[in-house]
Amino acid sequence: MAAIFQGVGAAAALSSSPSNSFDSKKFVSSPCRPFSVRKGASFAVVRSDGRVNLNPKGRRAQQLISNAVATKSDSAAASSSSKPGHELLLFEALQEGLEEEMERDLRVCVMGEDVGHYGGSYKVTKGLAKKFGDLRVLDTPIAENSFSGMGIGAAMTGLRPVVEGMNMGFLLLAFNQISNNCGMLHYTSGGQFTIPIVIRGPGGVGRQLGAEHSQRLESYFQSIPGIQMVACSTPYNAKGLMKAAIRSENPVILFEHVLLYNLKERIPDEDYICNLEEAEMVRPGEHVTILTYSRMRYHVMQAAKTLVNKGYDPEVIDIRSLKPFDLYTIGNSVKKTHRVLIVEECMRTGGIGASLIAAITENFNDYLDAPIMCLSSQDVPTPYAGTLEEVTVVQPAQIVTAVEQLCQ
Amino acid sequence: MNSASCAAKISTQPFSLNPTSPASHDRPLVSPKPASLFLGSTRKLRLSSSSKLNLHRRSGTVVAVSDVVKQKKSKSTHSLLITKEEGLELYEDMILGRAFEDMCAQMYYRGKMFGFVHLYNGQEAVSTGFIKLLKQQDSVVSTYRDHVHALSKGVPARAVMSELFGKTTGCCRGQGGSMHMFSREHNLLGGFAFIGEGIPVATGAAFTSKYKREVLKEADCDHVTLAFFGDGTCNNGQFFECLNMAALWKLRIVFVVENNLWAIGMSHLRATSDPQIYKKGPAFGMPGIHVDGMDVLKVREVAKEAIGRARRGEGPTLVECETYRFRGHSLADPDELRDPAEKAHYAARDPITALKKYLIENSLASEADLKAIDKKIDEVVEDAVEFADESPVPSQSQLLENVFADPKGFGIGPDGRYRCEDPKFTEGTAHV
Repeated sequence: MAAIFQGVGAAAALSSSPSNSFDSKKFVSSPCRPFSVRKGASFAVVRSDGRVNLNPKGRRAQQLISNAVATKSDSAAASSSSKPGHELLLFEALQEGLEEEMERDLRVCVMGEDVGHYGGSYKVTKGLAKKFGDLRVLDTPIAENSFSGMGIGAAMTGLRPVVEGMNMGFLLLAFNQISNNCGMLHYTSGGQFTIPIVIRGPGGVGRQLGAEHSQRLESYFQSIPGIQMVACSTPYNAKGLMKAAIRSENPVILFEHVLLYNLKERIPDEDYICNLEEAEMVRPGEHVTILTYSRMRYHVMQAAKTLVNKGYDPEVIDIRSLKPFDLYTIGNSVKKTHRVLIVEECMRTGGIGASLIAAITENFNDYLDAPIMCLSSQDVPTPYAGTLEEVTVVQPAQIVTAVEQLCQ
Repeated sequence: MNSASCAAKISTQPFSLNPTSPASHDRPLVSPKPASLFLGSTRKLRLSSSSKLNLHRRSGTVVAVSDVVKQKKSKSTHSLLITKEEGLELYEDMILGRAFEDMCAQMYYRGKMFGFVHLYNGQEAVSTGFIKLLKQQDSVVSTYRDHVHALSKGVPARAVMSELFGKTTGCCRGQGGSMHMFSREHNLLGGFAFIGEGIPVATGAAFTSKYKREVLKEADCDHVTLAFFGDGTCNNGQFFECLNMAALWKLRIVFVVENNLWAIGMSHLRATSDPQIYKKGPAFGMPGIHVDGMDVLKVREVAKEAIGRARRGEGPTLVECETYRFRGHSLADPDELRDPAEKAHYAARDPITALKKYLIENSLASEADLKAIDKKIDEVVEDAVEFADESPVPSQSQLLENVFADPKGFGIGPDGRYRCEDPKFTEGTAHV
């Protein structure tokens, strides 16, 4: 079992458990041993044979604690009431991350529709306007292209805006600014202007929201040079990615999912970020690599339960970084399992999965024992009817079937 | 037509400039004045389409600088709008713009620069009239017709020419080109290829100015942003969206419309339901001013008011400068649609000739002074070309630089290292 733990503390604390029992019932991704958290600590990598390397060659030591939270705990350890940290919902985690960064740096501000007095359409910015004022949490008119451009201009001149698309789909209106200015201005200005902007919002297929409110913009934005894209999926990585995105000097698009805002998890009290470029090992395994992100992570984990009962041992990786791909984590997994299944909510055509297949084939073709399988949403506008909507996205049963097919 | 309501907070009447008032930075643009010679003085144009578009326009006369001076002399003892130093500064800046653009045309046809190059000949009064009033920390946002805005803002001619030649010594390291002039030092925020996309960026810079004052408590921060764009842009959504936001939040911005009547081959009159762009200002709660953009002194007077207004925190202004480009839209434009009579009409109103006449007639400068400036600028432009010629082209190692401010954005490669740590990265040959 290879578990890549990063961030904290004594190597001793990171010795991997020999038992392979991971209870995937609880979607709580907390470390299986409490970490002693120290700022400025270097990180360790636990190798598959249990050896621990400090500062493995090639990775930079990181000042902040960067934690690609890995294994799931078994239920006994998880339900201990003396666990450190605090419990909250995903939207609260986003809010916490945003609030902490706004306290830490006065230049951080929020812009978007209904982010101020209304508290955000999904309550991510609740209470912030009261605390920080109407200028730092700016209620904009309904003009996505222009207020995104305004955010970019503000970023160029010294601020660190967080622009919210009330629904990611609305950012289609801002495509001009996101593609031309957000992604490109650092380059076309010869490096003179940085654009430390975060563009975030809820996307993905919800519950019968209709076609236009159920879009997955990650596939449209992925070709834009000069931007990074990350997708959060747990309260832990939501807060971590939010903070990392705000601190990054690059423009980052943070994809949230409408259906994940009420996930509950216990997260550390201490300051932490999640590395923007890294994938997250959700469940180490041996038989097949399942790559996923955002909401599909939960469909995958549900399928994983079934698969485990059927005797399979899937390795589940939440790629988190949609652009660029973490080819190290992905590659190591491919080299181990030799079989890859991608499960995504994007459309089949031109989606993240399509790019991922290309990247894996290009880099790891020799390690594959079978063609890469990719389960994506159907290339249809998301229908309103619940029964139809259900079949446009990938369901756990399909994932189980796909793995069985792959592992024949 | 013009609403006469006197809502205290909003000046709903277009501002009109009184030509007899002394040049002053302090006069606020508050009380609406009766329309002067300058307002609504749209040209009579020979239209290729029907003339029913002319219905609501008054024909007015456009007053040249010298006429204004004659009036002023008879009305008051304050007869001069500028001092000698200012006059020479304005003249030099306009000559620089003209000479530079003419040299660009030469260089383009000699194969030293490529792509789309949009020249500013004829419009110099707008750039000089506005930008010479700014401080270094004020920002300018332009469009693809940005060479002269860059020069007026203080970007060295060498840097602009090198950029056009695609050399590493260009202001954007050769990565931007003609349509993307940027300078952090001089607060030139671009250079944009798509029309309208610079206006939100300008609004953002103005937002930062407000934010610095109110949140970061830099009490003396009063940086103003100028957004330059054309008549075609005034039909674009981003224009209207930003007028709204700027007025709403009283941002320190001036929207400067360089109405040269043509968007490539599309006449402004064929594209716009109401061609009087300045009228769109009051609709959003800001003054809308129309000014003769071929007259640098008039532009400068209006600019002083508008910039002063912004600096005092009274909000944005929309200034429509009636101007004309002597050349085609770009060096690739055969410029066949415009009526030769129209071109001749504006050629006779060359802003540089007008200023020269003013300076000499008012004994602010002699022929010799001006010739000396001409010569100096010729040398500057020649030097710029030489410098650009001798500068190195970017090597491949520059390819991957500046894509990200933090090159970790290229991600982690299969070997576990960040791609930017790959030595091939600095060579520009890394696989990213």
